[in-house]
Amino acid sequence: MDAALALAEHGALDWLALECLAERTIALAQLRRRRAPDSGFDPKLQRRIAALLPIVSRTGTRIVTNMGAANPMAAGRAVIDIARQLGIDVRVAVVTGDDVLAALPLDAFAMEAHRPLSSYGPLVSANAYLGAEAILPAIESGANVIITGRVADPSLFVAPIVHWYGWALDEWNRVAAATTVGHLLECAGQLCGGYFADPGRKDVPDMANLGFPYAEVDSDGVATLAKVEGTGGCITLATAKEQLLYEVTDPCAYLTPDVSADFSTITLKQVGKDRVRVEGARAHRRPEQLKVSVGYMAGFVGEGEIGYAGPNANARAELAAKTVQARLEGRFEELRIDLIGSSSLHGRAFDSTASAYEVRLRVAGRARTAEDAAIIGDEVEALYTNGPAGGGGARRYVHEQVGIVSTMIDRESVRPCVTLMEREAHGEVV
Amino acid sequence: MAKLYDLAHCRAGDKGNTSILSVIAYRPEDYQFLVDTLTVDVVARHLRDIVQGEIRRWELPRLGALQFVCERSLGGGVTTSLALDAHGKSLSYALLMLDLPQ
Repeated sequence: MDAALALAEHGALDWLALECLAERTIALAQLRRRRAPDSGFDPKLQRRIAALLPIVSRTGTRIVTNMGAANPMAAGRAVIDIARQLGIDVRVAVVTGDDVLAALPLDAFAMEAHRPLSSYGPLVSANAYLGAEAILPAIESGANVIITGRVADPSLFVAPIVHWYGWALDEWNRVAAATTVGHLLECAGQLCGGYFADPGRKDVPDMANLGFPYAEVDSDGVATLAKVEGTGGCITLATAKEQLLYEVTDPCAYLTPDVSADFSTITLKQVGKDRVRVEGARAHRRPEQLKVSVGYMAGFVGEGEIGYAGPNANARAELAAKTVQARLEGRFEELRIDLIGSSSLHGRAFDSTASAYEVRLRVAGRARTAEDAAIIGDEVEALYTNGPAGGGGARRYVHEQVGIVSTMIDRESVRPCVTLMEREAHGEVV
Repeated sequence: MAKLYDLAHCRAGDKGNTSILSVIAYRPEDYQFLVDTLTVDVVARHLRDIVQGEIRRWELPRLGALQFVCERSLGGGVTTSLALDAHGKSLSYALLMLDLPQ
C-alpha cells in the first residue's frame, strides 16, 4: 500500500492502475457474495481507496482497478460511500459483463483436459477476460475511478494508453506496445527487483522499502520504465527481462483480448539509473474468442505437519512418513507426503544424502467432506504418542478447495456494460 | 563443476499445469553457449522427476534469454495440486542446479 501511495503522491501520474486479482480470487469472492450480497469485491478496496482518494483528487490522477472482483457494482457503491465520508467529489464508472456463468454451456470443454465443465463438480464462477474495448467507454465517460471485475491484467493499462493518444484498437503494433507496458508493470514490485533478489548474486537495495514501477509512454508507444526516487529496489535490464518473460507460454504470441503480441522483437536499453527503455513489440490481430476462467468446488484438503531435528532426524521423519502412509492406506484417493527440508519442493533428484539438521513431515490429502479431510491431522498428531522419537510442533489444517479451469467463449456472447455513479446520482450508460 | 547458476538467472511462472522457466544470461557473450548447451533433451533429463510432459524451447537473442515451457509439471494444475509449492515458483532454482560441461 505504501508503494502505491508513493506512486500517487510523487509519480506525477496521469493514471494509476491497481491490479489485484489472482487466478482464484474471483471464485473465492463469489463464495463470499453468496453469503453476503453486498460483498464479493476486494476486501481491501475501502482501505486502499480511502488512502488514495485524497491524493488523487489533488493530483488529478485517475484510477483504474480490477478490485471489483465478483461484485464490481457493490465495489462502485463502496467507493461512492468513501468519497461521501471524505467529502470528495468522485465519478465512478463500473465495468460489468465479465460474469458469464449463466451463459456458459456446460458441455463446453475445459482447455486443461479434454472433458466437459459439467464433470468438474459444482461451478461457482465463470468470468470472461474482458479487454481494453470494454474499459474504454468507462474512460471516455470522464470517470476518475474505474472499477472492473475480471479483465486481462495488461488491458487495465492498455485502455488508458490507447485513449490518451487516440489510437484505434486495431493499430495492432501500438496496442502490442501498450500491452507490453501493462505486462511489465503488473505484479506489484516485480519489475523493481521484487521476486528477484539473490544475495551476493542479484542484490536489490533497500528491499523493505521496495517501490512499484510506472511507465512514461510516448506517442509511438516507446516506454521508459521507472520508479519514484527514494523508494527501494532497482530497475535494470535483468529485472526487466525476468518480468517480460514471466508466465509467457509463447514469447512470439502473448495472447490477450486486445492483441497477440510478439515480445521476441523487443529491445530493452538502460537509459539511466532505474530507468529502462522498452520498444519494438510487434503484433498480430487479437484472438477471435475470449478466455473464461471457471471456478468449481474441488472438495476439502486436509494437511498435517510435524518436525524432527538433531541426530538421525531424516530417518525418523522417513519412518514417520511410512507409518502415516500405512495407517491411511486406501482411505484417500489422493495423498501426498513430503519431507520439508529435503524433498518437498523439487522431489528427490537434487536432494543431497547429507541429512538436514531439521526435517518436517507434511502430509496432505483430498476428501469429499471436511470431516474426512481432518483424518490427516488426526494421524499426524498420533505420531506424538504412536510414532518415532522426538517429533514436535505438529500442526493441522483443513480447507475447502476451489479449482480453476479455463474455456473459450465467443465475443458475441459477452456483453460488457458501463454504469456511472456520482456521489448520490446514478445514471446508466451502455 | 560450474552450474547454470553461475551464468544465468531464472524465474519460474505457471499457467495451469505448465511451468514456464526463463533462463537469462548475465553476460550477452554467454548466450550462444546457453543455446548450444541447454537443449530440450538436456533440460528434460535434468528435470525428469518434475516435468512429466513435453518441453518447448524459445530462443530470444535480443534478450539473451531462453524460455522453456514445460507441460505437465505442476501435479495436475496449480489450483488443485496437493504440492506445497503448487505454482512451482521454486523450480527456477531446480533448473539453475544444472551442471555445465567444462
